Amino acid sequence: MKKKNNAVTVFKYIFLIIIAIFSIFPFFWMIVSATNTAREVNAGKLAFGTHLMENLTNLFHNALNFGSSVGYSALIAVITTVLALLISSIAGYGFEIFHSRARDRVFNILLLSMMVPFCALMIPLYRMFSAVGKAGLTGFGLNTLFAVISPVVCTAFLVFFFRQNTKSFSKDIIEAARIDGLTEPEIFLQMYLPVMKSTYAAGAIITFMTSWNNYLWPLIALQDPQKRTVPLILSAMGSSYTPDYGMIMAGIVISTLPTGILFFVMQKQFVAGMIGSVK
Amino acid sequence: MKENHAQEAETASLSQSRSGILWETKPPKVIRHKLDKKLNRWGWKFVALSIVLISIFVFIPMIGALIMSFQTGKGVNIHFGGLTNYQRLLTDQTVRKALGNTIIYLIIQVPIMIIFAMIISVILNDKKLKGRSFFRIAIFLPCITSLVSYSLIMKNIFSNDGLFNQMISHLGLSPILWTTDSFWAKALIIIAITWRWTGYNMIFFLSGMQNIEPSIYEAADIDGANVVQKFTYMTVPLLKPIVLFTSITSTIGTLQLFDEVQNITQGGPANGTVTISQYIYNLCFKYTPNFGYACAVAFIVVILIGVLSMIQMKVGGKDNQ
Repeated sequence: MKKKNNAVTVFKYIFLIIIAIFSIFPFFWMIVSATNTAREVNAGKLAFGTHLMENLTNLFHNALNFGSSVGYSALIAVITTVLALLISSIAGYGFEIFHSRARDRVFNILLLSMMVPFCALMIPLYRMFSAVGKAGLTGFGLNTLFAVISPVVCTAFLVFFFRQNTKSFSKDIIEAARIDGLTEPEIFLQMYLPVMKSTYAAGAIITFMTSWNNYLWPLIALQDPQKRTVPLILSAMGSSYTPDYGMIMAGIVISTLPTGILFFVMQKQFVAGMIGSVK
Repeated sequence: MKENHAQEAETASLSQSRSGILWETKPPKVIRHKLDKKLNRWGWKFVALSIVLISIFVFIPMIGALIMSFQTGKGVNIHFGGLTNYQRLLTDQTVRKALGNTIIYLIIQVPIMIIFAMIISVILNDKKLKGRSFFRIAIFLPCITSLVSYSLIMKNIFSNDGLFNQMISHLGLSPILWTTDSFWAKALIIIAITWRWTGYNMIFFLSGMQNIEPSIYEAADIDGANVVQKFTYMTVPLLKPIVLFTSITSTIGTLQLFDEVQNITQGGPANGTVTISQYIYNLCFKYTPNFGYACAVAFIVVILIGVLSMIQMKVGGKDNQ
């Protein structure tokens, strides 16, 4: 009996180690390749090289303007995150604290929007922003911050996430605050916000990451080559006739850094943000 | 209006004096009604912006897409075309290819990934296991990469003269034509997606398993159940809601597959890996824009997601109650 158990345990470890190697190897390859020249990457060199600076220089002095795309991506991600958290938390709080039959029905309809595939929305959205731009509303048409940000700023997922987490917020605090004469917005700002810090952190991580990594909508909304986000530049570099993989891997490392740092620093909230929906 | 308020206040104070002690526990009806009304108004104010935004950016475009799917013509010359677009769908070879590819991804990749995620979680759920958190982090790590980034890494490793083929040639095997052979290109897409999303699904199972009482496994041990029996007769049924959730989200994700295919194979070779989302993108932004037809293609995805989710709900929810 004991022997059989040992065999099972050994098998378990072997299985896990193989899976872990599969999971980590592409990261190792990405980091190693970022320090090698394109020719060395193509030759399959698996050791660290000395060409990191060279790759970074190529990356930032490339005609595709990687440097400004990092700033642009960061700007989009930060604005999206702040607005999305604000709007969705107010809504999630509203649906939970002031719940009524009518609002619950509306909430269920909003949840249906999670089932709508983006490929069915991208064409009307593209035409909508294109029409707005042609109507002379500069700053709101295609190739603007407004166009990239506004469609992703309020998602049913995040509203749902905040509503679920609001369930754990004590109703007694609200009652007490009402008796103290606080208005409803004051209760939200002074009582709810400070208590829900970790929910906001989890929501911020998932929203920032989604925005930072978003590809399809920016690809459509930002047709101007001067206004590209990091994934768009990387994709363009990857699809060139002779891709310089040393440089591309350096770019991929840079694009993975923010989410990687967020993950290692705030693991708990990171995972909470991802599984928040089934709690 | 003013009088009304005065009257209400009067009745309120009257009932207050009349009901005496009752007032301590239960406010009079009129005041409660007023408070409810006030709170109801606040309720709408709090949720209004989200309703407006989701309507503008999801529901209205959705209706727009439905209307557009009945329009034909290219560029500026657009007019009502009835069911023309939908008729064209039936004979479009690329639609057939894209649907076929998507279904292959769906029926092969989603089960493989979910079974993997479950097995890994079962192993990792063992508290006596050494290095648990290391394995958990390692397997979850692919989730931090962007879809474009990991696609490019995969494209590089699995290119025809890339790292993978160099490695197997050292072992004396002939290289696999990952990007030029239609079968292997599909396999590559499946490998890539599985790499990226298994860890993501794993955390749902891990969090679900934390809610399972360890004592029932101990009882099973006493009854002499083996590992496989415990897995199939206990873990799987107990995790059914999570299996359901992960398979629905994975299905929805797979039906909308775009980033990976666009960046690894660009739909090639000869549409061997093309997906519906990518075909829609091509119809609008690569060829001469044909928005009406593209919307009709998009509705295939809408209908598929609806139908598949309903089936999964039915199948999964059947013996839940």
